[in-house]
Amino acid sequence: MIISRDPALFEIVALSLRVSGTALLFSTLIGIPLGAALGLRRFIGRRLVIALLYTGMGFPPVVIGLFVYLMLSRSGPLGGLNSPVMPALFTPGAMVVAQSIIAFPLVAGFTMAAVMGVDPQLRQQVRALGATPWQTTLAVLSEARVGVIVAVIAGFGSIISEVGAVMMVGGNIEHRTRVLTTAIVLETRKGNFDLAMAISIVLLGLAFISNVAMLRLQGKAFNE
Amino acid sequence: MSEPVYQLNQVIKEYTGRRVLDVDHLNIQRGEIFALVGPSGAGKSTLLRLLNFLEPPSSGLICFLGVEYSLNRPMPLNLHRRVTTVFQRPILLNRSVWDNAGYGLRLRGRRDATVQVRAALEQVGLAALARQPARTLSGGEAQRVALARAIVLQPDVLLLDEPTANLDPYNVGLIEEIVRGLNRDQGTTMVLVTHNVFQAKRLAQRVALLLEGQVVEIAGVDEFFRSPRDPRTAAFARGEMVY
Repeated sequence: MIISRDPALFEIVALSLRVSGTALLFSTLIGIPLGAALGLRRFIGRRLVIALLYTGMGFPPVVIGLFVYLMLSRSGPLGGLNSPVMPALFTPGAMVVAQSIIAFPLVAGFTMAAVMGVDPQLRQQVRALGATPWQTTLAVLSEARVGVIVAVIAGFGSIISEVGAVMMVGGNIEHRTRVLTTAIVLETRKGNFDLAMAISIVLLGLAFISNVAMLRLQGKAFNE
Repeated sequence: MSEPVYQLNQVIKEYTGRRVLDVDHLNIQRGEIFALVGPSGAGKSTLLRLLNFLEPPSSGLICFLGVEYSLNRPMPLNLHRRVTTVFQRPILLNRSVWDNAGYGLRLRGRRDATVQVRAALEQVGLAALARQPARTLSGGEAQRVALARAIVLQPDVLLLDEPTANLDPYNVGLIEEIVRGLNRDQGTTMVLVTHNVFQAKRLAQRVALLLEGQVVEIAGVDEFFRSPRDPRTAAFARGEMVY
């Protein structure tokens, strides 16, 4: 299947990358600023937000799948709105929503930890050099970049290999919502172990390549 | 007497109700090296943070170049950027020496200031280490990079918070010479916080003793050490209450 470059396999790989990549983008856009704010600022309710975040980091994806399912179903509060921006159930959009919710607590939590690991004196010294609050935050994130990239890797790892939530809200529909993990489940159930193994190897390869790419992003800082 | 760069009036700083600084009146003149001496916990570093606008006073007013700074009145960025600090323990970015030296200029949108960065590194004797990661430097070298990243900005006021504490005599001499040269050649106003009365004597034109957040005495360097008015100043100058 891999060697013969089966178009069906490529379709599944492309959809997996599109769904998980988009979800990672959303969770990063929300998670990194939230993690930085939690690590750098002190505000009322901060401990509660952190407790919720930690809970989210260990939340079973299948429960998030159920939550998104209920929200987006036609009788649910969001599905009933018939809004053009709200994805329908059993579409890649619904899968992106579920995966974003799974990944963002991990991205935010690890970012917070990385930012808190930076010497607090750095902020004062950067400000003394004339940095604005925004430039100070960027300087801290830059110093914490190894940890921030680990946060993104953890977020990606949690969704590219996730099956329960995407199965629930995507439905594993051929040519529409079938991704690598749901295809593995399906082929295993059908007894096509060779095919399931082949897809698993592709999934592992993709995860490996993605992580190597992110490690390269960490650059020299990783070795220092 | 030249015009004051700073004028402090009834400046109080409190942390969770504990008063750490209570300066009734203090002027710092343009172009002088003003030393703040006193034991640990006297409020010297707190005063320096206020002078760099890193935190506002709890009450009172700091007037910098005619612009008022108080709890509810932040210092405009363009004026904030005319002051910088060299700290006792420099925290350098996890980048090269060159990037660290030019960091303040990049914050100001000046990415092409190669000449200035090179000149600053030459001034502190670290041009040869420009491409080296800053984290690999010794304590003395790191402090010289911190000095380079400050002087490259050509600030009106340079605040020095125990800049030579824990350094070897070679680096102490080097840094003192740079400080003296900056003051002499560029007229940079300096506020030096130090435990070291000998350093205050070597560098400053005026000295103030701070005790428990309050200014005990301000005098010219000769008067401060030879004929202090307050017995606590005399005791400090004799080295009897350094810690």
